[in-house]
Amino acid sequence: MAVDSAKLIDIIKAIADKITENREYLTELDSAIGDADHGINMSKGFKVVVERISGMEGKDCGTILKTVGMALVSTVGGASGPLYGTAFMRAGQAVDGKNQLNFEDLILLMEAALEGIKYRGKAGRGEKTIVDALEPAVEALKLHREKGFEAALKEAVEAAKRGMEDTKNIMAKKGRASYLGERSLGHQDPGATSCYLMIETMALQLLGDKKA
Amino acid sequence: MVGIVLVSHSPLIAEGTLDLVRQMVGDKVSIEIAAGTSDGRLGTSAEEIEKKIRKVYSGDGVLVMVDLGSAVLSAELAIENLGEPLRSAAVIADAPFVEGTIAAAIEASFGKSLAEVKAAAEGVRSYSKLG
Repeated sequence: MAVDSAKLIDIIKAIADKITENREYLTELDSAIGDADHGINMSKGFKVVVERISGMEGKDCGTILKTVGMALVSTVGGASGPLYGTAFMRAGQAVDGKNQLNFEDLILLMEAALEGIKYRGKAGRGEKTIVDALEPAVEALKLHREKGFEAALKEAVEAAKRGMEDTKNIMAKKGRASYLGERSLGHQDPGATSCYLMIETMALQLLGDKKA
Repeated sequence: MVGIVLVSHSPLIAEGTLDLVRQMVGDKVSIEIAAGTSDGRLGTSAEEIEKKIRKVYSGDGVLVMVDLGSAVLSAELAIENLGEPLRSAAVIADAPFVEGTIAAAIEASFGKSLAEVKAAAEGVRSYSKLG
């Protein structure tokens, strides 16, 4: 696996497209247990992300990821702004100065993103948040790293998907959904869903034709 | 004098709160609003909060009042991004937004320290409205 700055920009643009395609779906999930703005907020944020990273091919991967984070922080509006913003900024710091990323770099930046989200949201696994999709994915990447990046990446996507689906069985303890208490049960978390969509898109981009 | 930044998802909540506060303290206290997104949606922006903290800072510290969820996350991120000496001089109050802001502004208007202003805001949590 080798990702240069141009490829990284392509991956982020693909993520932005995916989020925009799923704007209504994410908002619908959020209207059930939150403030009905996750899809709108995320697509607004990623629109600015694409504007800011376009033409950054000459910059290193860390700088590009940090730019993504800063754009999300200043434009999203909801909690996903500081959360995903911190994740991307930490990911950028983890690969600072690198013009090319390998599989080990990917693990490093995903770990840093997870730590950033947990720190910012003061959240752990099982609280019906982004962490429920992201943490299993990072764990799967590390657990299966010996099998090579393709196999590990596929495992990570599956783990994120299971984590996302499992949020239906979790009572919300963070954010607006926590006001619903047990009435949040049965609903899939919008944050875990957007996180899964990002991981799936990244994997598809990295695997090329080999389906995730 | 301690400055205050009102961080809300809604500009209307922040402006209404500021109206109530100005009735009590007039223009004595430096108070700024960071509410809503730049394109008019409900929400908060760390960038905007950072800007407003810089604006009200006079050397005596800044108290940041927050409403819900992302207001807290954005405010924490804004403070981390400030750099010294502002980073150590800006604190978030764990307090009800409206009552806490009024208590904090009154305290600030008497020239009290940041710790005292923060304690006044957080002290309203134990007030009983029904006596």
